[in-house]
Amino acid sequence: MGIQTPNGFKLDNSGKRIVVDPVTRIEGHLRVEVNVDSDNVIRNAVSTGTMWRGIETILKGRDPRDAWAFTERICGVCTGTHALTSVRAVENALGIMIPDNANSIRNIMQLCLQVHDHLVHFYHLHALDWVDVVSALKADPKATSALAQSISSWPLSSPGYFKDLQIRLRKFVESGQLGPFKNGYWGHTAYKLPPEANLMAVAHYLEALDFQKEIVKIHTIYGGKNPHPNWLVGGVPCAINVDGTGAVGAINMERLNLVSSIIDRSLEFVQQVYLPDVAAIGSFYKDWLYGGGLSGKSVMSYGDIPENANDYSDKSLKLPRGVILNGNLNEVLPIDNGDPEQIQEFVVHSWYKYPDETRGLHPWDGVTEPNYQLGPNAKGTKTDIKAVDEGGKYSWIKAPRWRGNAVEVGPLARYIIGYAQNKPEFKEPTEKLLKTLGLPVTALFSTLGRTAARALECEWAAHELRYFQDKLVARIKAGDSSTANVDKWKPESWPKEAKGYGFTEAPRGALGHWIKIKDTKIDNYQCVVPTTWNGSPRDPKGNIGAFEASLMDTPMADPEKPLEILRTIHSFDPCLACSTHVMSPDGQEMAAVKVR
Amino acid sequence: MGAATETFYSVIRRQGITRRSFHKFCSLTATSLGLGPLAASRIANALETKPRIPVIWMHGLECTCCSESFIRSAHPLVKDAVLSMISLDYDDTIMAAAGHQAEAILEETRAKYKGQYILAVEGNPPLNEGGMFCIDGGKPFVEKLKLMAEDAMAIIAWGACASWGCVQAAKPNPTQATPIDKVITNKPIIKVPGCPPIAEVMTGVITYILTFGKLPELDRQGRPKMFYSQRIHDKCYRRSHFDAGQFVEEWDDESARKGYCLYKMGCKGPTTYNACSTVRWNGGVSFPIQSGHGCIGCSEDGFWDKGSFYDRLTTIKQFGIEKNADQIGMVAAGAVGAAVVAHAAVTAVKRLATKREDATQDT
Repeated sequence: MGIQTPNGFKLDNSGKRIVVDPVTRIEGHLRVEVNVDSDNVIRNAVSTGTMWRGIETILKGRDPRDAWAFTERICGVCTGTHALTSVRAVENALGIMIPDNANSIRNIMQLCLQVHDHLVHFYHLHALDWVDVVSALKADPKATSALAQSISSWPLSSPGYFKDLQIRLRKFVESGQLGPFKNGYWGHTAYKLPPEANLMAVAHYLEALDFQKEIVKIHTIYGGKNPHPNWLVGGVPCAINVDGTGAVGAINMERLNLVSSIIDRSLEFVQQVYLPDVAAIGSFYKDWLYGGGLSGKSVMSYGDIPENANDYSDKSLKLPRGVILNGNLNEVLPIDNGDPEQIQEFVVHSWYKYPDETRGLHPWDGVTEPNYQLGPNAKGTKTDIKAVDEGGKYSWIKAPRWRGNAVEVGPLARYIIGYAQNKPEFKEPTEKLLKTLGLPVTALFSTLGRTAARALECEWAAHELRYFQDKLVARIKAGDSSTANVDKWKPESWPKEAKGYGFTEAPRGALGHWIKIKDTKIDNYQCVVPTTWNGSPRDPKGNIGAFEASLMDTPMADPEKPLEILRTIHSFDPCLACSTHVMSPDGQEMAAVKVR
Repeated sequence: MGAATETFYSVIRRQGITRRSFHKFCSLTATSLGLGPLAASRIANALETKPRIPVIWMHGLECTCCSESFIRSAHPLVKDAVLSMISLDYDDTIMAAAGHQAEAILEETRAKYKGQYILAVEGNPPLNEGGMFCIDGGKPFVEKLKLMAEDAMAIIAWGACASWGCVQAAKPNPTQATPIDKVITNKPIIKVPGCPPIAEVMTGVITYILTFGKLPELDRQGRPKMFYSQRIHDKCYRRSHFDAGQFVEEWDDESARKGYCLYKMGCKGPTTYNACSTVRWNGGVSFPIQSGHGCIGCSEDGFWDKGSFYDRLTTIKQFGIEKNADQIGMVAAGAVGAAVVAHAAVTAVKRLATKREDATQDT
């Protein structure tokens, strides 16, 4: 039996049910169930967030200036991005203006995260969906060297280099202890790379593992540590002192030089290793253009990286802001995060309870009451689930919607919106890559498109790192060393009640925090995060979310070995600890429900 | 490179461990598992013939910051740890397999490496709602955790989540997130707290076991003494400013730019046991205080519920004689001479009193 969803997908759950739990190489806990037809094509997809921590409840009654540290711990992979969103929300509520240097340093930290996160995602969470590690043993090191040198000027490319690596890899495999590569889908027919490309990719997997730890030193310099650097309401905690006594305890010339050298090396790695690899691997998979899902229909980006301190308008934001609906690239719709009619969360298929589940609630008025129950057609028991029932409640993730529409968020969404807005910094690299691969623009709406957009954005972010570091240095040179505004640091200076919101573009997509402050304490705090948008269950109208949509109509070579499912789900870079964090204890409401 | 085919035994012999110590390690392991002498020789045999020690790395309620920190290790490089020192057979964050192919590894490890694998736990199990606030393979995570703990040789609690509960266990702890030593009560657990722990501390704990063929010495709370027996404040490079009464009074003031002590901005360094001020972070580049923010005390039990991160510590026990540090600052700013002399004398006495302990810790 088939069901047509309002957002244009035909669901049929009559075929064989395949369960993937745990979905690995993601942050957190996720379960995916699909039905395949007799040709092993996916005809129904169900994504279930399977963890939930309650951070927003824990925030209630606390000091708003501490909220960044709590929310930062929502996620250690996209570390810092929740903290940034949080300080922006508090500053928005209290009308705090930050100095220009603080804006530059925050942008540098956020861009540093984008570069690091995208690189680690591609090599360590996603590459094994495209790269067959065991096949690399069959590669000819000389041919591998020739391949590497044909696509990049990266120096680690000699036949001897690849030969040594292959020997190490062989010893590792022959030891019989495959470690993280154990029970992988090696030899699966969905792997398309020749052995030489596999060997080159394995080399870069290891090089990227070595290099990623260098990128985050930018966080360590400005924020003291990584993961989980320190932030500050009103600015940044690090002081600048390039001339005077005690400069060792502040940002000085040596620190600025260290950041600068890391930026140069990062850009080099992205341009000479990451981008050529994505193009090379993409060239072997360009016939596999599944996984588009919502990307060709509805996408959203809040925008981020403000050029001017305290200005979060479309004009100031260097990452695009807006919504595209129903594939209409001619119109980018404006977003107002404070408008109760725009962003709403639904729970009809989530393990929560609303007084009226046919309606959605804006985050400022969010209600979160747990209600863990399986639908009538679920298989197994409440503590041993064999199959969920997507007709009932089936996920710890809520279903956020923009004016009732399910949307995809993330690097691909940002690039589609930037492309639609004719911004050359997004449009030109996209067109260049498509041309290299000989693909039309519609090929963007795919798993491969998501993976490619992330790589392009990584390069963009590395360039912007340089831009903001130079901007910071120029201001210091002009005599401005200010990094924090303490006018409203003391709670006595705050109004009795205030509310605000903050947003960023996390590596995975649009991230928003909403705060209400009363008597200097947090009265309500809500986060709507990228993986809540992408991993959302169905809504009351039956619209499916981005993960579910992306799996539809994908053929599987062997349903017992769900490589195609992993490939597409991983292309979103899911972060489940982020998406499933909302709750109120003992069924108490977190805020009164407004009757509209 | 050749290390990939070395056995655990040959690795530790190369480090100068005697055969006798090695066998002692094996029988201690067997005892901690409640197994007899036969098991000890089986374990010894396995470690002599199996190339690398299997590590099962599980994730409960957490944010993955511990895994992220682990891969930042500069010495050893995490690449070398994974390829040549341990066999990281299960880690949902990086493993190639998923679903039942992943689950199968757990079963296989229990059967094949009984008493011979390290269980590393990141995050913790929630106990409310039948454990279903963290579902893994359709079942409560806590079940999987207990099962894998049963046959582990040693258990490592990574980070504040597994050690103390961390952020999801902060009041009112809606999911009843529970540190792992409350659900695994029959065997020793090495706690490596911090949010996250320092990368080189994490790899340091694992390589200590591989290098010296024994578990590290732990303090009363279960933390390795080598990294957690001193306060951040004890070795803070800004300590001289504390002693001199030179404090940051406001963010980005002249004192902040001069790198004065952050005590008045809420720094928890005086009550936090960790290696941040000595090992520092990310290859020794910096640590929170060096970059201008006070320590938030992230390796301490219940650090989320001890007031705002910007509240000044009102009592610092080890300075009881001086009433509190704030007063020292005020006095020092006014009548410098007497107070500084008094403080220096007290500090000297304190140092004498703790000298013996320090001497053993520093070696």
